[in-house]
Amino acid sequence: MIIYADNAATTKMSRAAIEAMLPCMEEQYGNPSSLYSLGQQAKEILEKAREEIAAVIGASPKEIIFTSGGSEADNQAIRSAAEIGRRNGKMHIISTAFEHHAVLHTLEKLEREGFSVTLLDVHEDGLVRVEEVEDAIREDTCLVTVMTANNEIGTIQPIREIGAACRRRGVLFHTDAVQAVGHISLDVTNDNIDMLSASAHKFHGPKGVGFLYARKGIRLSNLIEGGAQERGKRAGTENVAGVAGMAAALKEAAAHREENAAHLTAVRDRLIEGLGQIPHCALNGDAKRRLPGNVSFCFEGIEGESLLLLLDDKGIQASSGSACTSGSLDPSHVLLAIGRVHDVAHGSLRLTIGEDITEEETDYIIRSVTEVVAYLRSFSPVWRDLCAGKTKFIL
Amino acid sequence: MALYSEKVMDHFRNPRNVGVIEDANGIGEVGNAKCGDIMKMYLKIEDDIVKDVKFETFGCGSAIASSSMATELIKGKPVSEAMKLTNKAVAEALDGLPAYKMHCSVLAEEAIRSALEDYQSRTGERILCDPPAHIGAEEEE
Repeated sequence: MIIYADNAATTKMSRAAIEAMLPCMEEQYGNPSSLYSLGQQAKEILEKAREEIAAVIGASPKEIIFTSGGSEADNQAIRSAAEIGRRNGKMHIISTAFEHHAVLHTLEKLEREGFSVTLLDVHEDGLVRVEEVEDAIREDTCLVTVMTANNEIGTIQPIREIGAACRRRGVLFHTDAVQAVGHISLDVTNDNIDMLSASAHKFHGPKGVGFLYARKGIRLSNLIEGGAQERGKRAGTENVAGVAGMAAALKEAAAHREENAAHLTAVRDRLIEGLGQIPHCALNGDAKRRLPGNVSFCFEGIEGESLLLLLDDKGIQASSGSACTSGSLDPSHVLLAIGRVHDVAHGSLRLTIGEDITEEETDYIIRSVTEVVAYLRSFSPVWRDLCAGKTKFIL
Repeated sequence: MALYSEKVMDHFRNPRNVGVIEDANGIGEVGNAKCGDIMKMYLKIEDDIVKDVKFETFGCGSAIASSSMATELIKGKPVSEAMKLTNKAVAEALDGLPAYKMHCSVLAEEAIRSALEDYQSRTGERILCDPPAHIGAEEEE
């Protein structure tokens, strides 16, 4: 049995996405900037995709810029807002401690360039509080950037309320919606979003392509200089096939969003219930305000990498926030941000399930994780000390 | 390419000498849970020979494999020889470890030495041997 349970890392491409891409490579392979028919056919594909993508998030096509993915979109959104701020003498940015590194590292760079950055704490439930965002807004704040849903623990942030607070105070609001687009309902108008980043391969589209939504009137700064593609805001010949695949994948995800979410939520809750039976474990993030397919646990007394390797042997592909899986000495900054101490954060497991998961597979996952955790604990000196009362259980 | 060699995966999947020796006369524990690795070694030494050795490890795949290999390398050996175990020998016996995992082999060496020193302090015996230099672990520190 092979169960791919790492859909937050990437997803399998949908048939619709692949079929939308093939003609772009075999037939309409022209350069969209060329004036002859082959080029114009490619241009048409590109613009149709832009319309379809815009429609899904309630934007107008001119507000969509195609990028190489979520990271580029995050970088461009934040850099653009910072540039607007700099021109107006506003050099303060608000974000949160558990953003994706595409956001955090961009902010660190801006700090070195003279910006001041406030990173808000995330509460134990994995949620950012609107009041705290509002309280942090200053006269010189040019941007608030808060992710729609966290990539590790799946918690869904109150972005509509945060966006409303930003509107009231005249501050731009960007959201990294890489994990959310195609999975939960999003509407840039209703949700008060000024800028939004998305990545195709998180919703069954191809890798290497994404988009940035920027509300009309927001002046974007280029990360890549060159030709006049993407209204002069992103140079380089467009990834036509990738964009076509992204649009097809997003259209399909949007069309089936409710049924997919209902199925995934049911499986997710079954997994949370089943894995919650393992002694001395804790679910990371709020049980309900989380992405339909995200299950994230910490198990005391074991280390995440060995858990992943043994699950892989059982055909289950998952992920962990342990230091050993990141190649650094510290476990996931997300788990630390919600207050998990190092000892416990090393024993984390993230399962992000796909729409095709069955009941049988769900039970197999619960059984396998339970077995592997018990096995690793059987020769863990940490577990021995906990059970002997020499150290205190944290979970 | 796989993350680990076949040897590492074999020792990780089927660790040798796992467990506890109730009447151990040398016990060593190194590492800490904050860093994500703890190794505990139990030795039963008789007539200056490592008659039995067992380990318990909290850690990643290479930490478990390094513990397992280290126990294999010293089991049945004279104490003086066990004292000479290096992290390099552990890593080589495992057909290599990724650079950022070399510290697991260092931990295994240190756990063995710590257990031997515990034995020494219990028996009052002096083991004459300079601790060997760690190989390939500098970048991890």
